[in-house]
Amino acid sequence: MRQHTAGAVFLYMSEPIIEFRDFGFKYTSQAEPTLFDINLTVGRGEKVLICGPSGCGKSTLAHCINGLIPSSYSGEATGELLIAGTSFRELDIFKLSKTVGTVLQDSDAQFIGLTVGEDIAFALENDRVSNAEMKRRVADVARRVGVEDFLGHAPYELSGGQKQRVSLAGVMVDDVDVLLFDEPLANLDPATGKTTIELIDDIHKSTGKTVLIIEHRLEDVLHRDVDRIVLMGEGRIIADMTPAELLSSDLLVRNGIREPLYITALKYAGVSVNPAIGPQRIDTLRLSDDDIRKVQGWYSDVPSAAALEKGPVLLTAHGIGYTYGNGCKALDKVDVDVRKGEMISIVGKNGAGKSTLAKVICGFVKQQEGKVSLNGEDMAALSIKERADHIGYVMQNPNQMISKPMIRDEVALGLVLRKKLTQEEIDAKVDETLKVCGLYPFRNWPVSALSYGQKKRVTIASILVMDPEVIILDEPTAGQDFRHYTDIMEFLRSLNALGITIILITHDMHLMIEYCSRAVVLCDSEKVADTSCEEVLTDTDVVEKANLKETSLSKLASLCGIGDGQDFIRRFITADREAR
Amino acid sequence: MSGFFNYIDRKSPVHDLTGASKMACLLLWTFAAMLTFDTRVLAVLSVLAVVVMIISRIRISDVKVLFWFSFVFMVLNNLLIFLFSPEHGVTIYGTRHEICHLFWRYNLVQEQLFYQLNVILKYISTIPVVITFVSTTDPSEFASSLNRLGVSYKIAYSVSLALRYIPDVQREYNDISVAQQARGLEMESRKQSLVKRLKNAATMIFPLIISSMDRIEVVANAMELRGFGKGKKRTWYSARPFRFADGFATAMCVLMLAASIVMNIINGSRYFNPFV
Repeated sequence: MRQHTAGAVFLYMSEPIIEFRDFGFKYTSQAEPTLFDINLTVGRGEKVLICGPSGCGKSTLAHCINGLIPSSYSGEATGELLIAGTSFRELDIFKLSKTVGTVLQDSDAQFIGLTVGEDIAFALENDRVSNAEMKRRVADVARRVGVEDFLGHAPYELSGGQKQRVSLAGVMVDDVDVLLFDEPLANLDPATGKTTIELIDDIHKSTGKTVLIIEHRLEDVLHRDVDRIVLMGEGRIIADMTPAELLSSDLLVRNGIREPLYITALKYAGVSVNPAIGPQRIDTLRLSDDDIRKVQGWYSDVPSAAALEKGPVLLTAHGIGYTYGNGCKALDKVDVDVRKGEMISIVGKNGAGKSTLAKVICGFVKQQEGKVSLNGEDMAALSIKERADHIGYVMQNPNQMISKPMIRDEVALGLVLRKKLTQEEIDAKVDETLKVCGLYPFRNWPVSALSYGQKKRVTIASILVMDPEVIILDEPTAGQDFRHYTDIMEFLRSLNALGITIILITHDMHLMIEYCSRAVVLCDSEKVADTSCEEVLTDTDVVEKANLKETSLSKLASLCGIGDGQDFIRRFITADREAR
Repeated sequence: MSGFFNYIDRKSPVHDLTGASKMACLLLWTFAAMLTFDTRVLAVLSVLAVVVMIISRIRISDVKVLFWFSFVFMVLNNLLIFLFSPEHGVTIYGTRHEICHLFWRYNLVQEQLFYQLNVILKYISTIPVVITFVSTTDPSEFASSLNRLGVSYKIAYSVSLALRYIPDVQREYNDISVAQQARGLEMESRKQSLVKRLKNAATMIFPLIISSMDRIEVVANAMELRGFGKGKKRTWYSARPFRFADGFATAMCVLMLAASIVMNIINGSRYFNPFV
C-alpha cells in the first residue's frame, strides 16, 4: 500500500530526529485505533509536509510528536516513537517542548501574553529565565521574524500575519530543533498565507531547523519547496515521496486532497505529468512544445460557460458608511447590488469590512450612512427579526448558532418562535427542509452526534426553514478538507438553483472562482472591485491591494501562450465540474 | 467596549508603580478605611483617594460603568440602612437630636444623618482607589503581583486570563445574541415576562458555553506546549524592579493604616462622637 521512492530513502541518510517504528495509537474514548503501523523517519534539517483529509490521523500524529498526547488526550500507544533518540515513553510535554516547538492553527488563541514581548517570553518565564536575559532573547528572536517594532503591541493591534510571526517567535525563543506547524494557513487571507509559507521557508533555510507542516491546502504550501510529502489516509501513511513524484501520481485525488489547479488542468489536457517536467511548482514547470499544443487544443475544445441570465435587483446597499464606537472606520460609501438568484462572494483582506457589511445588511449593526433596501423597499424600520424573514445569516462556527440539543428542535426553532404556523405545518416544513439538506435520516439524532460539516448543514437548515430570499454565509468551508468543501458547496449550489440568492464571505479563491459569478472586493473599508471572479483574479492591482492571490491557472495560460486568461479559468471550471 | 475591568494605558506616576506595591497599597488603604468610623480620618482618606485618582490621570468618563455601579450601590446601601434601622446612630452615639418627624416610625435624627455621612465617606475613601487600581494595573502585572504576594502562580495566571478574556466573551455573546434574535428570539422587548426572558437568555448561554469550552481547550494546550506548569516558580517578563516610589507609596499606606488604628485607640472606639 505504502509507496517509497529512492529520493526519500536518500534523505534518510541524515541523522534522524523523529522516528516512528510500527507505531499505533488508540484514544481512550474511541473503540478503534486512530493510527496504524506508522513507520516514518524525519531527518534533522528536513522540511516535510504531512497532508491528508479530515480524520486521517494527521493531527493525532502531530500530538504524538509534541506531547499533547498523552498530556491532554489519553490513549494507548503501541510500537515505538523516538524523538531525538529518546523514547516517547521517557518524555513528557515539558521535556518535548525543548525539542519540538508547535505553532497552532489559531494564532489568536495561541496569543497568551498581553503584549507581543510578553507572549514571546512565555516559554522563558516558565523556565525561570532572569528578567534581563529574557528581554535580550526576546528582542533577538523578534528581530529574526520581523516583529521587533511591535514588542509593546497588544494582539488586537496586529494583523493576522503579524500574529503568526509572534507565534513563531514564541516557539523559536526556546531554540527548539523541530518546528511543527499545525494548519498554519487556516484563517489567513490568501496573500498572508503566501507570506507565511515564505517566512517558514526563510526560517528553515537560515536556521537549518527541521520543519513539519500539517496542512491540507497543498497548492498553497507548495508555493515554496518541501523535501517530502507524507500523505495520510484512514490512520495510515499512504505515500512518502517528493512533491514531484506525488503530483505525478493519482494518489492525491484518490485520497480526497485537491491537486494544484494547474496540475489538474494539465491532466485534463492529456499532458503526461511526471517528475521530469518539474510539476512541484508552477515556476518550475517546463512544458514541451507538444505539451503546450495539447493544452491549447484542450482549451479550444472545452465549451465556454453560458452567460448567466440576470434576474431583477433584489437587494441594494447604497452608500453604506459604518464607523465603530472607537472611531475606527469599517465601511466607507460602499455600494452593492445583488440580483435575484445570484451567488456572489465578498472578499478582501482580514479586517477589510466584509463581516461588517454582512452585519449591516442583516441589521445586526446600524450603519451611520446609506440605506439597505430589499425589493426596492427601505429596511431601516425593520427589526433584526423582521429582516431575518427575508435575509438569513449563517455564522462561521456552527457551535455558536446551535442552541437546542436535538436536530429537529434546532431546525424548528425559528418557526416555533415566530408562532405563525400550527404544529402540523411546522412539522411538515421541517421535514421538507431536512430532506432538502440531506439530514432527514438524522432528524431524531442529538446535534452532538454530528460531524462539523453536518452541524454546518443543520445551521443552514435552521435558516432555510424560514424561507429567506437571501442567505449570507460567513466562511462556509473554513477548515474543511476537499470532500467536505465539495459537499457543502454543491449543497449551496443546489439551494441556489432553487432560486435562493447566496452571498458568501470568504478567503478561499478556489471557492470564489468555482462557485460565484461575481466578487465584491473590499479593501480598507472601501469597495475596490465588483466584477466577475476571473476578472478580479487577473487584475494584478486589485489582487495586490486586497491581499488576494492570483490563481496558478492564469499563469499556466500565459505559459501556454493563451492570451485570454479569464476565459481559460472559466473553461477549466466548466470542465472540472463535469469531471467531478 | 467599556468593560468592567479595563486596563487604561496612560503615563502616570501611579501606572509606574509595580503591580505588587499597588496591590499592597490597595490592601493597606482598604483596611485603614474599614477599621475606622472616625469622620476626620475618613475625610482625609477621601480627599487623598480623589487626589490619587487625579494623579493617575484616570477620568470619570473612562470608568463610567464601574463608577455608576458603585454609586448606585452606595445609594442603595444608605437607603436600606435607613429603612431597616432609622435610629442606628442613636445607639452608637448615645444621644438623640431629632430634627423632624417624617412618617410612620421614621424620624430625621442628627445622629443617624451623621452616621450615614460616615458610611458615604467610607465609599468615597475606597472606591476611587479600587477604580484606580484596576485601571492602572494590566492583567499580567496583576497576576505577577498576586504571585509576589504569595498566591500560587497558576491561580494568579488563571485570574489574569479570565480578566483578559472577558472582552472576548462579551464580543462572542453579542454575536450569538444577534444571530439568535434573527431567528426570532425577543430580547429587548419589555413585553416579555421575566421567566420568558431568562429562558431566552439560556438559549444563548448554551452555544456560548460550547464555544468557550473549545477556546479553553486550545488556550490550555497552547500554554502547556510552552511549558506552563512545569516548575513551582516562574519569572515574569512584565516584572519591574522596585523603585523609590514603590517604597514611598507603600510606606505612606502603612502610615495611614497606623494612623487609623491609633485614632481608634485614642477615641476608645471606632467612632468619633461630636455629640458629647
